[in-house]
Amino acid sequence: MMAAKTIAELARALRDGETSSVELTRHYLDRINQVNSKLNAYITVCEEQALAQAAAADLRLADGETNPVCGIPLAHKDIFCTQGITTSCGSRMLANFVAPYNATVVDKFNAAGAVMLGKTNMDEFAMGSSNETSYFGPVRNPWDTNRVAGGSSGGSAAAVAADLCVMATGTDTGGSIRQPAAFCGITGFKPSYGRISRWGMIAFASSLDQAGPICKSAEDAAIMMNVMAGLDPKDSTSVDLAVPDYTADLEQALNGLRIGLPRQHFAEGLNPEVEQAVRDGLKEFEKLGATLVDIDLPNNHLSVSAYYVVAPAEASANLSRYDGVRYGYRCDNPIDLEDMYKRTRSEGFGDEVKRRILVGTYALSAGFYDAYYRKAQQIRRLIKQDFLDAFQQVDVIIGPTSPHTAFELGAKSDPVAMYLEDIYTIAVNLAGLPGISIPAGFINGMPVGMHMVAGDFEEARLLNVAHQFQRATDWHLQQPELKTTESAA
Amino acid sequence: MALDKSEVEKIAQLARLHVDDSEAEEVAHRISDILELINKMQAVDTENIEPLSHPLDAVQRLRADKVTESDRREELQAIAPASEAGLYLVPKVIE
Repeated sequence: MMAAKTIAELARALRDGETSSVELTRHYLDRINQVNSKLNAYITVCEEQALAQAAAADLRLADGETNPVCGIPLAHKDIFCTQGITTSCGSRMLANFVAPYNATVVDKFNAAGAVMLGKTNMDEFAMGSSNETSYFGPVRNPWDTNRVAGGSSGGSAAAVAADLCVMATGTDTGGSIRQPAAFCGITGFKPSYGRISRWGMIAFASSLDQAGPICKSAEDAAIMMNVMAGLDPKDSTSVDLAVPDYTADLEQALNGLRIGLPRQHFAEGLNPEVEQAVRDGLKEFEKLGATLVDIDLPNNHLSVSAYYVVAPAEASANLSRYDGVRYGYRCDNPIDLEDMYKRTRSEGFGDEVKRRILVGTYALSAGFYDAYYRKAQQIRRLIKQDFLDAFQQVDVIIGPTSPHTAFELGAKSDPVAMYLEDIYTIAVNLAGLPGISIPAGFINGMPVGMHMVAGDFEEARLLNVAHQFQRATDWHLQQPELKTTESAA
Repeated sequence: MALDKSEVEKIAQLARLHVDDSEAEEVAHRISDILELINKMQAVDTENIEPLSHPLDAVQRLRADKVTESDRREELQAIAPASEAGLYLVPKVIE
């Protein structure tokens, strides 16, 4: 009936009386019941609460509520704390954790009248690029259920792509919104560092983590940004900068737009068909009046190395809080305090999380700080400077989101091979810039993502560019059939 | 740059993680691979480059030194693995 509509379309339908929030919510809950077992996109579904929120939203709509997300069914990544509802972060460590408060992002969607359908699956503590590190099992790609959905926000991306919600939240530390969005053929937006409050968003790497929208179009991302962005006194890293109306500039023409194509992103390692799809997309921009300029990001090749110091180091500090004392998992029958810490952490964390804690602990251990953490922060400066130099010449930078389309489950068992998945997205986190992935074509039935980056806090510009592309193309309107192909292996 | 089993045990102790003897070789091998990836940055001369510790070079915002949180001890302790009389319980540490 009303499958795969955008926030913008449903907001109109709710106001025209074509449907109600309760009807819409029931429709989505039914779809989740039918489809989720194939995809494993949701960890928790909160039917009763969702229907109560929907009924309240219908009253507000009848009263003339104007916020477009009022009454719209949404899913939160299970990294955002929700009072009274389990927040697992994809980990055994928090499988029993019911937060005593809401994340600010959750509060903001509640205040705007959005309806929370449930909490989505994710790589454990957001550490992964395939959603295979989740304690609750991998998420499957709606375009081919033998393939991964990407990660770490794989559940949110798969849920949006399969229309198991209208919109979802995600978090992005090295590509965790943009890469699953690319793999699932939807729109995923990582705003500038500090643009959205991280209060109640479980910490992974604090100088990199950022929340953002996962949805069906750039216009929807703008609508979600209007809810999510802004200063929060509870998060001292949230920026004190006025929040524009992100939908205001969507229709601006792209005449004269200068697009930079990083030579380093169209180089060895990129699947030629992905390259072709992105280059075809760039031709659309030329038709819209943009000019293409080759640029260099000479230190981009160092971004994965620097990231795998900064992120594990910060993670090892952040995850030291999981000690079995105040909340979360505790091992059975500890013989003493030391035994309790060690067994709680060894049994509560999965292999990838433990690996990163060990790497981070090593990098921060006595005598190694200058060689690792400080060195990585210096490289980070070089990477940021590359972007600042590029933005002297161009307005936005465009390339592929990922070197290829979604791979098969189990195909990448080597951690380093998995880390290199994020080669085009990681530098953006190190530099704190906004980035978006939007659909730009298909290869053998699997979606290709196009990645766009703009300068600090130029979110509105980026959303305008993405929206104009989506007005000219229909890649973002394609819907998966939830098919399962034979494994090639 | 390869780590051996004893170095892995030392780091694991610092991180309060237990690594099984049977897994130690495998863990050492995986971590050595990651360190090899990381060490690519050692080839770059970064002398005189100021480290970027915050992507916007911002400093921490301060607030007035006033109490802003209410007392929610009971609620917060209700989710603890073990608590009693307002205290968190852990295995005995003092004889």
